[in-house]
This record gives sequence, structure tokens and C-alpha cells, in this order.
Amino acid sequence: MAKQPPSARRSNFNEVALGYDREEAVAEAKRCLDCKKPLCIDGCPVGVNIPLFVRQIAEEDFDAAARTLKSTNSLPAICGRVCPQETQCEAVCVLGKKKDGDPIAIGGLERFVADYEIAKGTTIPDLPEPTGRRVAVVGAGPAGLTAAAELAKMGHAVTIFESLHSAGGVLVYGIPEFRLPKSIVAAEVDFIRKLGVDICLNSVIGKIDTVDELLGEYDAVFLGTGAGLPSFLGIDGENLNGVYSANEFLTRVNLMKAYLFPEFDTPIKKGSRTIVVGGGNVAMDAARCALRLGAGNVTIVYRRGEDELPARAEEVVNAKEEGIIFRLLTNPIRILGDENNWVTGIECINMELCEPDESGRCRPEPVPETEHTIPADLVIIAIGTSPNPLVTIATPGLETARYGTIVADEAGATSKPGVFAGGDIVTGSATVISAMGAGKVASRAIDEYIRRI
Amino acid sequence: MSFTILQKRELVPTLHQMEINAPRVARKAMPGQFVILRIDEYGERIPLTIADFDAQAGTITLIFQEIGKTTRQLASLAAGDSIADVAGPLGNPSAIEKFGTVVCVGGGVGIAPIFPIARALKSAGNRVISVIGARSADILFWEDRMNEASSELYITTDDGTKGHHGFVTDVVQNLLEHGEHDEHGEHDEHGERAIDRVIAIGPPVMMRAVAGVTKPFGVRTVVSLNPIMVDGTGMCGACRVLVGGVTKFACVDGPEFDAHEVDFTLLMSRLAMYLPEEKEALDCDLRSSVGEAAAEPTV
Repeated sequence: MAKQPPSARRSNFNEVALGYDREEAVAEAKRCLDCKKPLCIDGCPVGVNIPLFVRQIAEEDFDAAARTLKSTNSLPAICGRVCPQETQCEAVCVLGKKKDGDPIAIGGLERFVADYEIAKGTTIPDLPEPTGRRVAVVGAGPAGLTAAAELAKMGHAVTIFESLHSAGGVLVYGIPEFRLPKSIVAAEVDFIRKLGVDICLNSVIGKIDTVDELLGEYDAVFLGTGAGLPSFLGIDGENLNGVYSANEFLTRVNLMKAYLFPEFDTPIKKGSRTIVVGGGNVAMDAARCALRLGAGNVTIVYRRGEDELPARAEEVVNAKEEGIIFRLLTNPIRILGDENNWVTGIECINMELCEPDESGRCRPEPVPETEHTIPADLVIIAIGTSPNPLVTIATPGLETARYGTIVADEAGATSKPGVFAGGDIVTGSATVISAMGAGKVASRAIDEYIRRI
Repeated sequence: MSFTILQKRELVPTLHQMEINAPRVARKAMPGQFVILRIDEYGERIPLTIADFDAQAGTITLIFQEIGKTTRQLASLAAGDSIADVAGPLGNPSAIEKFGTVVCVGGGVGIAPIFPIARALKSAGNRVISVIGARSADILFWEDRMNEASSELYITTDDGTKGHHGFVTDVVQNLLEHGEHDEHGEHDEHGERAIDRVIAIGPPVMMRAVAGVTKPFGVRTVVSLNPIMVDGTGMCGACRVLVGGVTKFACVDGPEFDAHEVDFTLLMSRLAMYLPEEKEALDCDLRSSVGEAAAEPTV
């Protein structure tokens, strides 16, 4: 798929991947072998009927392709852009198994159809008779939006309570504009509203209402509150001015549009030498945002090696093309600052990989006598997040596990009757699509539960 | 759903009182809590303490000083205008129990957040000694409210135009010296009341000074911290403060903390992080309002 060239895109926030045009999409769809026993469907966490929608593109019946997609996936324009297809549907495509073969670009095709439908105007499916049952969904992120859409399509009355002033969760505050334009998110959220879902913004559950109070008004509650609590390294200097959690940095840039300051009022520090600590998608996003803000020099510092980087390979490639420097097998020891409490650099140590740990990845160990300082005037800590406890601490009887995740069975049922959960709040930080899959599964369990009571 | 401004007035120059229709917030608001507000889609999110609330009427009252672009813009709004986003009530409510005798200190704009706390403490059966301070009598506000909310009220002004000529700390020092602290909260043999607790809200320098005064007396002192915030629900860490050497998020772990454990120097330096950008935003705002004035036809 065509991309904006690195020299141009490193100074703008426009979308990097440019999408297929009609000819490209049809040509790609025609490569599909339409296997007798397609493996791709099982590779999809929400079970999209991939062979069908691809065939519909090949036949140039884009409206039918859109209906096929939307029947199982409420957020296809988002998935087409941010799913790690290379580890899901595209990973099992037979065309990819052949030597030098390329799997069908399923993600690109999904995006093409979804964008086509948004441009044309989404069709609202016929909804069944209202069941009279009411469900409260907490969190308008991927899990909550999906659960709400599925429940609405079953005829239930759904209200989503979102604490921020905008719906989307990580889709609006985390993933940058150049990977996922917010106008696309708004269009997808709009579809969900058109299904009859009521979205209450600025509504912090745990403060305006507890889960128990919601159970007094609704037949069931779905918790999709995510893993929005930022992790810090716990080293000296983390509270210096110019040190951000990736969550704060990305929220200012993406949700609050700080890259357009002063047209938008939220400021952000631009830095001339930025260090991002971490190796996941969030670290790549933060680094690429910092670059676009005009930072001359952006470095990723990660304690493991190239093969251990958890970020999508595509995003690592994009980051490197844009000129981001990778200092791998490097770990911060302390953050240094000046007498005015401003960051001046990070003292780091080199690492080497040793025996694998419980996660299966090689455990990094410091190499003695390799301490060195990397200068920086902006540091972003992108080492991970854990569940935000705001809702769980206000909900007696809700069992949680070690890092604050909610304990739920495969259907999303929690220890509290009538309360279901899915997404990062259950698994810890994962992907948009797995959150959507959890929202879908839970919606079926909720439907069954509320029809029984 | 946006939030309508029901009433707005300038209490003293550049200090405004605003009553907003926010039923869900008002229903659950408790003293010590705050809201995060965003005026419109271009706006930044800012925290403002809930100075008063009426659960029945569904309204909250905010007090703010015009300092930067957002507060200036807020000041230009009138009754009937709307605010796009108001989220709350956020933060942990102030601890309201029967402590005995509590000194409530409000410095400058801090008088607003101290008011509902003083009122609630008095309702809970405490002897509430309030101390409110301003630079000058003409910028002192809510004296009547504070009188009603307290058992005793002391006023201080830097320039001596009303009450004690000096600082709130002078009064606090006096109160502590004359009511010898006794750990059982009993009156000493002279019948003076012992101070069981001090709550101070105001500029960080003032809160630090009060903490400095109470520390030698060993009186439990609580302050309400006002770091920069973005989301207000614990997801970004902008509001990190150091309390007893441990990093806390003021929005979810606070906003109240043990004054003797707070690193005020760090708080003050972090509050200054965006001074250049705040100036730039204000300059842009002033330039555009001058531009508008210049564009208006003169008769």
C-alpha cells in the first residue's frame, strides 16, 4: 500500500498509509484463491467472513462487501488500520506460506471497504423490536463500543458512560492522528449512535454513580474501562519537568490536539532531543509524535534487542524510515536534571540477553561498567500501563487479580452477578481487536443473562 | 449535553463566581472535590474546586481567578452561555469527622475550596476556627459565607486594610501557641481549646508556610494540592506530586495530603512547566481581542 514518503510525513500529522484506490483494491481482491477450507476466518478475533467480503470486492459489489464486514465488525475502518493483521488473518493466508508469497492484504481491503462506506454514508441495519431490557456500558473504548453495538443490534437499550469528553478511549487519546484519523473514529462512533446507543460523555463511573447504583437502574453492566494507568520506572528523576508518561504525551497531542497549539489551547513540550523509553506500539507512537512536533532528534531506548521489540514490525519500519534512532539493549538507571528541575539526560547502562524469563523472552542483564549518559530535554516513559482502579475500588464484590485486572470467565462474567467485563481491564494492555472480540463475546453472555432474569 | 451557566459575577476585580447547571456532579459532590472543565473544542482541560453545590437544584458553584487564557475566556462568558464539558466530582472528598477543634485556612482564591469544608466540619460538630487572608480588603470575598460556616473567623490582609495586618500564618501561630496541643484534644487547665487539625488551601507558598508553622506543634495538617492536570482520573500522571518521598497522583490519591510530607518545592517547579506556552497563549489571545476591538467601526 502506498505511504507518504518519510521526508514529508515526518513533519505532518496526516495519515501515513494512503489506502488502496478502487483499481488496486479490486486487483488485490482478485488474487484471493477462495480456498475450500479458508484459514483466514479463524485468524480473525471477531470472525469476519473474509473470503466473502474479499470476493465481493473482486466482483466490485462494494455495498455487499460493506454489509458483510459490518455484520460481524462494528469498527472496520479502525480495524483495517490498526489490527496486527500480520499476526492474525494474514499470518494464516495460504498465499503467504509459499516462498516469496504475499498473503492477501486483508487489512488494506477491509480499510478500503470501510472508507468507501463512510464516504457514501453508512447504512443502518434493521433493528429488532426493543426487548425492554437495559444495559449500562462503562467506557467508550473498543470493548465498550463493540459490546454496545452488538447489544443494540439485539434490540436492547444501551447507555455508554465515558469519563472523557470524547468517545473512543485509546482510539482517540492513544493512537496518533497519522495512524488513525480522528474523523474516522468519529464516523465509526456515529454509526454506533445511529444504532440507538446513548453515549454519556464526561461521566465518571465510580464518582457520579457506582456500579451498584447502575445495577439498580440497568439489567446488566459491562465494564470496558481499559488499562489507562501509566507505569513509571521508579528511578530517580522521573518527576523532573520534561518527563512525561506516554499516556500524558499522547493525550495532549492526540486527544487535545497540542500539535496545533496555540490554535488549540493545550500545550506540549517539543524538545530538541527526545528519548522515549520502551519498545511497544505506544513507544513508537510517542516517538513518531515527538518527531512531528519538531524535535530534531528522537531516540528509542529499549532494554531488550531488535527481535524482542513488542511493537508491530510495520511501525518499527515506519519509525526507522522517519529517522528515529534505536538504542537497543540499553536501560535507564536515573534521569538527570538541572537546578531548575528540568531534565537534561538519562544515565543508561548497556544490557545483554540471558536466560528466558516467565514471559518466554530473554531476560536482559546489565553489563557492568557500561554506564553512559544520553542527553535529552524531553523524556517519554512508554513502558506499559495497567488497569485504572477508579471503578474497581468503588465496586465491592468485584474480584480483581494481581495488577488490578478484573477476574472474568471466557464469557466475560465477573464475580459479581450482572456485571461483565472485557478488554484491557481483564487482560492487561493488549490490542484494539482483542478488546473488540471480548466485547462481542460478552454481549452474547449479557444477552443470555438479561433474558433469563 | 452541555453545561449552562446560570449565574456569573465578578466578586472582586478578576475574581469570578460562576454557577453552572451540572445535576449529576451536584448530586454526588462532596467538600474537597473538584471538576475538570473544557470550555469548547479548542480548549484545554483545567481543574477547578467545587466551591459550593446544590444537589436539589442540580447546580455547582466555581470560583476562579483570571490568570491565563482559559480563565480569561471563562471570565468573558455570561449567564446563558454554555461550557462544553464538565467532568466530576473528582478527587477524594475531604475527611469530615468530629475531630474536635479544626483550623481552616483559606488564602486568596483558596477561600473558595475551604468554604464547603469548613461548613461540613461545623455541621459534623467540630469547633471550626477559620482564618482567611487576602492581599487587601478590596479583594477579600465570601466573608459572610465564611462567618456562617465557622465558629470563629479571623481575617488577615497583607496591607492591613482589614483584620490582622499580616499573614494567615501569624494567626495560625497564635492559635497554636494559645491552645497548647494535647493529644486527647482536651482543653488544657486554662480552658483554652487545643487544635486537633489544620486544613490549609491556597497558593503553594502559603500552604508550605502553614505546614512550617504547625509542624513543631505536631498538629495533623492537611493541604489540598493544585498541580497541573489533564484528565483528572488517574490516567496520565501530569499531576504527580511527591509525598513522603513517594510519587502520588493528586487527582486520584489526593487532592488532599499530609502537609508535613509534601515536597512543595517540586510542586512549585512542576507548576511552572508551561510558563512560556501560557504566556504565548495569553499574548495570542490579547492580540486577537485587540484586533477585534480595532476592527469595530467607530461612529
